[in-house]
Amino acid sequence: MTAATASGTGAGRGGGPRASGSPSFGVGRALRLGFGRVGYEARVYFRAGDTVFFTFLFPVVLLAIFSVAFDGLGDVGANPDGTGGISQAAYYLPGMVAAGILLSGVQNLGVDIAVERGDGTLKRLAGTPLPVLSYFIGKMGQVLVTSAAQVVLLLLLARVVFGVALPSDVEHWLTFVWVYLLGIFTAAVLGIAISRLPRSGKSASAVIIPPLLILQFISGVYLNFALLPDWLQNVASVFPLKWIAQGMRAALLPESFAAAEQGGSWNLAGVAIVLGVWLVVGLVVCRVTFRWIRKDS
Amino acid sequence: MTTPPPAVSVIGLRKSYGDFTAVDGISFDIAAGETFALLGPNGAGKSTTVEILEGYRERSGGEVRVLGTDPRHANLAWKARIGIVLQQTGESGNVTVREQLTHFASLYPNPRDIDEVIAAVGLELKAKTRIKALSGGQRRRVDVALGVIGRPELLFLDEPTTGFDPEARRQFWELIRSLSREGTTIVLTTHYLDEAAQLSDRAAVIAGGRLVDIGPVDELGSPEARIPIVRWTDANGRHEQRTPAPARAVADLLARGGEPPELEVIRPSLEDIYLELVAAAEAEAPAARGDVEVRA
Repeated sequence: MTAATASGTGAGRGGGPRASGSPSFGVGRALRLGFGRVGYEARVYFRAGDTVFFTFLFPVVLLAIFSVAFDGLGDVGANPDGTGGISQAAYYLPGMVAAGILLSGVQNLGVDIAVERGDGTLKRLAGTPLPVLSYFIGKMGQVLVTSAAQVVLLLLLARVVFGVALPSDVEHWLTFVWVYLLGIFTAAVLGIAISRLPRSGKSASAVIIPPLLILQFISGVYLNFALLPDWLQNVASVFPLKWIAQGMRAALLPESFAAAEQGGSWNLAGVAIVLGVWLVVGLVVCRVTFRWIRKDS
Repeated sequence: MTTPPPAVSVIGLRKSYGDFTAVDGISFDIAAGETFALLGPNGAGKSTTVEILEGYRERSGGEVRVLGTDPRHANLAWKARIGIVLQQTGESGNVTVREQLTHFASLYPNPRDIDEVIAAVGLELKAKTRIKALSGGQRRRVDVALGVIGRPELLFLDEPTTGFDPEARRQFWELIRSLSREGTTIVLTTHYLDEAAQLSDRAAVIAGGRLVDIGPVDELGSPEARIPIVRWTDANGRHEQRTPAPARAVADLLARGGEPPELEVIRPSLEDIYLELVAAAEAEAPAARGDVEVRA
């Protein structure tokens, strides 16, 4: 063992501890380290069984349950003669994609970063030359990778198992892509922002998950938004999830369903504006409040 | 002859939390390449001092330079020259030892070889084990490995061997000695006085937020504190005599009354000297506990 120790550290003897020259600590390095962290973060994500179930598989499982359980209720939005409707699976798909975006972004990062703050991971990283920007890139990348896999899984389940007809034109897919990207970036940024709220890593799940669950119920994910009272619809409209779900319905449901929305249209401009505002607010909050550790609290 | 600038320079360091003064005017220098131990009881201000040097805490007063930089204004280039082993273990449980070291190595401009570091901390057989499956002592070795992977010029070790078995501690000491031979400056806080004696060139004793003594470990305390003690028992009970000439004292005893019962000749150990220092400091400086002194 002593021999291993001697040779183990002897490698540095040639250059000595100060042989580093003048390395660059610029933006290029921050980006490189950030992309390096995406793989590390994604690997850690998929190794945590509870995260995989409660954020990754949860919407997939719910889509399967709703599609099977409500199948007996018949198609949604059918004409009196039974034609023109869509299956329960098709009806729930946009909501589950929206829920997945919320879970993979806000819930995942909100809990994850609070836990990392609580267990000393952030403190350790704070002592290394890792830029904060690289850490954020790693987290955003982890969200993007895991959420994209989740969405693909949802679409495959809907298409292959439940025979849901997905859009066949470019226009609807474009809507899908921009609502998805704007939604997931907003959700990830908001996740980082709210990770400050739990006072400890242990309380993170208890602080972050319940409000998000309520939000899912009032935002047209599990319950038909049109059935909610006006005041509750107005409350939900303040938050981003309602708009992500609406944008996903615009992308995935037939045009005839637009009439059931608030104001009788998909209001994609509203989707873009509300999500854009939340994205900017979230970025500002992150920039102002993020610290590696709570100094001297 | 010019002396190289010190690796660490602390002048009049103070840190208060409300009206509690954790660190109350500490000054010391640590030379480049030196191994320096900070000793003191729990709550004495050791960790607070070290965390200020590491840039984790803001100070309330005084001047601090670490590798020529004020840690308040530390940048990434400065962090790349420093290695930190925190008191608490970080819990990145779902990665293997090798994955974690590979990742941390990628953060530094001139890291050590990963396999050599794994061997140096004695975790070759655990390299592919996830950190959460390791024992407490093994995790601590991962912490140490992560602290040295970036080839730091200055290494902070905050109670590094807590939870080590005796063999692992000896192995760890060997690692620290080899880092020291390479020229690494090492700042060690520890409860184990033998560890400080084994590793450090100099030590500082902190008690009640103040620097009680500083110097080579075998010179800590007053010369009087090192005077041997002769103890024996006679008809009147137990006796104790402090004398620089214990052999003569024992010979006198023998000459006077024959073989003295329960004879002991004791040279105060480092621990005895240290405990005496701390007890004296705590008796005379109640202000540093914050219950007397009130800060604006």
